[in-house]
Amino acid sequence: MCLAVPMQVRKIEDEVAICEIDGVTREASLMMLDDVAVDDFVLIHAGFAIAKLDPAEAEATLQLFREVLDDGGEIA
Amino acid sequence: MIHAADFRDPTVARQLVQRIRDRVANAPRPLTLMEVCGTHTMAIHQHGIRSLLPENVRLVSGPGCPVCVTPIGYVDHAVALSRQTGTIIATFGDMMRVPGSSSSLLEEKARGGGDIRIVYSPLDAVALAQNNPQRQIVFLGVGFETTTPTVAGAILHASKQSLDNFSVLSAHKTMPAPMEALTADPELQVDGYICPAHVSAIIGADAYLPLAEKYQVACVVTGFEPLDILQGVEMLVRQVTAGEARVENQYRRFVTADGNRKARQIIDEVFEPCDAIWRGIGVIPGSGLRIRDTFAFFDAARRFDVAVEDAREPVGCRCGDILKGKLAPRDCPLFGTTCTPESPVGACMVSSEGTCAAEHKYGT
Repeated sequence: MCLAVPMQVRKIEDEVAICEIDGVTREASLMMLDDVAVDDFVLIHAGFAIAKLDPAEAEATLQLFREVLDDGGEIA
Repeated sequence: MIHAADFRDPTVARQLVQRIRDRVANAPRPLTLMEVCGTHTMAIHQHGIRSLLPENVRLVSGPGCPVCVTPIGYVDHAVALSRQTGTIIATFGDMMRVPGSSSSLLEEKARGGGDIRIVYSPLDAVALAQNNPQRQIVFLGVGFETTTPTVAGAILHASKQSLDNFSVLSAHKTMPAPMEALTADPELQVDGYICPAHVSAIIGADAYLPLAEKYQVACVVTGFEPLDILQGVEMLVRQVTAGEARVENQYRRFVTADGNRKARQIIDEVFEPCDAIWRGIGVIPGSGLRIRDTFAFFDAARRFDVAVEDAREPVGCRCGDILKGKLAPRDCPLFGTTCTPESPVGACMVSSEGTCAAEHKYGT
């Protein structure tokens, strides 16, 4: 039930964001988030944006995965 | 850009599995990790993660499927409300098939009596109220902190528009109260928790600090993609084998230490804490949310006086022990025989996120 989908904000009208991912478009209320801008990624749950993606943290996680690959699974 | 594929790379998955294997190779005893959230349960089954892990790392499912922990009396109450003339019940799809004591919402609808509509968002239920001014719309408010602010938001919308035909039958529950109840249970030895992803986006990773400190149990907030889960398990295994019990956050891209304060304020404006019954676990003090007196008008339980039948639990159903992680689905005598996804007896088989439904769909 707590499934939420990351989508990209394409347009903002009042407190509603038009969001898109892989060609699917959805409206989401921005009632729970401040400072959302067009192009931000947000997590959509039941018609509301509940969290904003931190791109630096996403990149840090992906970097960790790359390091896991590089060291061939040895324990750091 | 973020791509789901980046979090599903099988080569990285293999390496993470190898790290986990190396870390537990000399562990003196098996490790038990509990995934609390139903969405994790589904993802773990869907991606075959259990089969990748070494034998001495055991994953057990916890009480984090909101539909599964909703007491049978709530379903009976919803059924009774659906029988009121002029009422439309609006609900998330998962609640439809949950058996009550003698009926379910699906049966009420099939019988041609109940007008029951599945909605994607609580705001859709508010729109139903606007479009059907002569009908009463009752939304079934079930879910944890991820969902509760969306329901609170719907009540605020309805209140702003002075809608007199919208209300909520609330059975909202909170984390991490049941995790504390389970950790304190001596029959269940949990070494670490795979903490919910999106509940944590609201309550924040720091919400698990008291649990980790008081019970010396490792907690890792973990995302739902397969690499997220494997990394989360690796972090837990690392902590447990090192004798540590800290809160770590694997899902930093969406979860902060403090969570979403604004969402919590919206919950606080509309709801207040109360004791709650968890199916299979019992009453956990302060683990539920009820609608505040100021919004009593939007509380279906207070607004409509309906006769609700006495709750009767199905005979032989072991959902309670399964929700506590004490039994695996196949230990239940009804699993796959009397109780199947087509004809479920207990809530764990009904909900698409239930442990038994996941085992039935993906189990070997």
